[in-house]
Amino acid sequence: MTSVTTDVAAPDARKAGKFVYVTAVVLLCAWVLVPIYFLLINTLSSPDTVNSFPKPFWPEFDLGSLTFFAGFAGMLTALKNSILVAGMTMIMSIVIGAPAGYALSRFDFRGKELFRLLILLTRAFPLPLLALPLAVMFIQTGLDDTVFGLALVHTTLAIPFAVLITFSLFSGIPIELEEAAWTLGCTRLTAFTKVVLPLILPGITASAIFAFVISWNEVFAAAVLTIENRTLTAFLLQNLDTSPLHLKFAGGFILVVPALIFIFAVRKYLFAMWGIANR
Amino acid sequence: MNARVLPYVLILPVTLFLCLFFLYPFLLVSKQAFSTGSGFTLDNFREVTSYWKFPTTLRNTFLLAAAVVPVQLALALLMATMVNKMQKGRDLILYVWTIPLGISDLAAGIIWLAIFEQSGFLNSMMNGLGIVDKPVNLLTFQNPGLVFLAIALAEIWRATAIMLVILVAGIGLIPKEYYEAAEVFGASPWKRFTRITLPLLRPSLQTALVLRVILAFEIFAVVAALGGTLFPVLMGETYAYQFDLLNSGAAAAMALIILAISIGFTLIILRLLRVPKGATI
Repeated sequence: MTSVTTDVAAPDARKAGKFVYVTAVVLLCAWVLVPIYFLLINTLSSPDTVNSFPKPFWPEFDLGSLTFFAGFAGMLTALKNSILVAGMTMIMSIVIGAPAGYALSRFDFRGKELFRLLILLTRAFPLPLLALPLAVMFIQTGLDDTVFGLALVHTTLAIPFAVLITFSLFSGIPIELEEAAWTLGCTRLTAFTKVVLPLILPGITASAIFAFVISWNEVFAAAVLTIENRTLTAFLLQNLDTSPLHLKFAGGFILVVPALIFIFAVRKYLFAMWGIANR
Repeated sequence: MNARVLPYVLILPVTLFLCLFFLYPFLLVSKQAFSTGSGFTLDNFREVTSYWKFPTTLRNTFLLAAAVVPVQLALALLMATMVNKMQKGRDLILYVWTIPLGISDLAAGIIWLAIFEQSGFLNSMMNGLGIVDKPVNLLTFQNPGLVFLAIALAEIWRATAIMLVILVAGIGLIPKEYYEAAEVFGASPWKRFTRITLPLLRPSLQTALVLRVILAFEIFAVVAALGGTLFPVLMGETYAYQFDLLNSGAAAAMALIILAISIGFTLIILRLLRVPKGATI
């Protein structure tokens, strides 16, 4: 272990170093948390307080802003649309992406490198921009302004991640386990469902959640592709100029809450997923 | 099904999907950008680049990227090395530091609006400290510097986490023996950082930078929430061409310009931080 350093520095200097270190950690935590806390104060205050000055530094636990948010015309529909789009994105990206991840981890086939290149290529593109031509294509096919059409675009955003993450997850399970199942009478399919799937399910869930968050947070494509069926992000963006402050803050808070929960849920997988997926 | 066909069957859905929703729209947007109805033309590009706002837009986007990305890189490196030698509470600290990863750019913009708006927390704090006696409107055209600062802070706050995650994962892959050996030979912590961590972290640095720089040129919602029209950026102008001016040819041209800048910078970063052949961990 490297934890015990054999520094010749005086204990005072080391104590000071420790103090600087702890202070820095605390400051950096505050840097992340304090702005979110400010948003929380605004969300849990009455509309009058939100627009008043100076601001209190603790919430008064008034649900006025949130009630206003829920009552604002179109807001709940937008929230529902957001959840629908994100849910569809989550399912599509895993159903379409996971088989490819499995193929990459288990087989050597001609064109594998080309396929990986296609996946990695999507990384170098500002993907939301593709919503512009798709808007035209969707009008021709009747997918314009639908939740499903937007989910297709969000799936394009999420699918490279889904492929690379499931690739790394499948690679973590030794092929010997599957081979053992085959010798015990399983087919390729039953070996997969009975041996690999149970082992991989938590990881798959984590990458599904990741896809959900990607869709939930996306603003540009959502704003370009929906007009009547706005998602929450698109709705908030469209009304930025006109909506009162308390509406913005309550909306922002509703956007943040799933993020807090989801990052907590996938925290164990975050580094394994990103570490390998980004090589 | 035999093992020769199976992999192709498995990758078929993704390939079809990406062809239909990635390659095809890319061709469409290129076609749209280079035509105004009849044949090949550069009119769309001429139109967007000759617009009086275009130089400002381009400068703003570049300035923002130049201000934000280095700070994020330094901050992410600092946080990653701090976490690396942490023994107690590592998981909790990492969770807190990665929270912004899940927060959308729009929400981040709104969060920092709560701080910078006229009756916001910055004004309240300054009032409490007696610096100002009545709320000052900070985000106006008279304070372009403050608008820039607010947007840059929101971006740094939001998007450092993605670099942190990539770098922490990368540092985790560096064998501990290297550090132990360096310590035996009396290398200081700073020496260990510059001589072991940085060189071996190069692949992760590459990915983190490529990802961040591309996202920096895509900045949109943070600016919309904080600066509005005060601080035009490329992506916002693209949106305006599509919706306010209903000129999809010009929007397509803008999209290709953003694309070209992103690809250009990706290539530069890959070149600068290239990993020597055979020198992987």
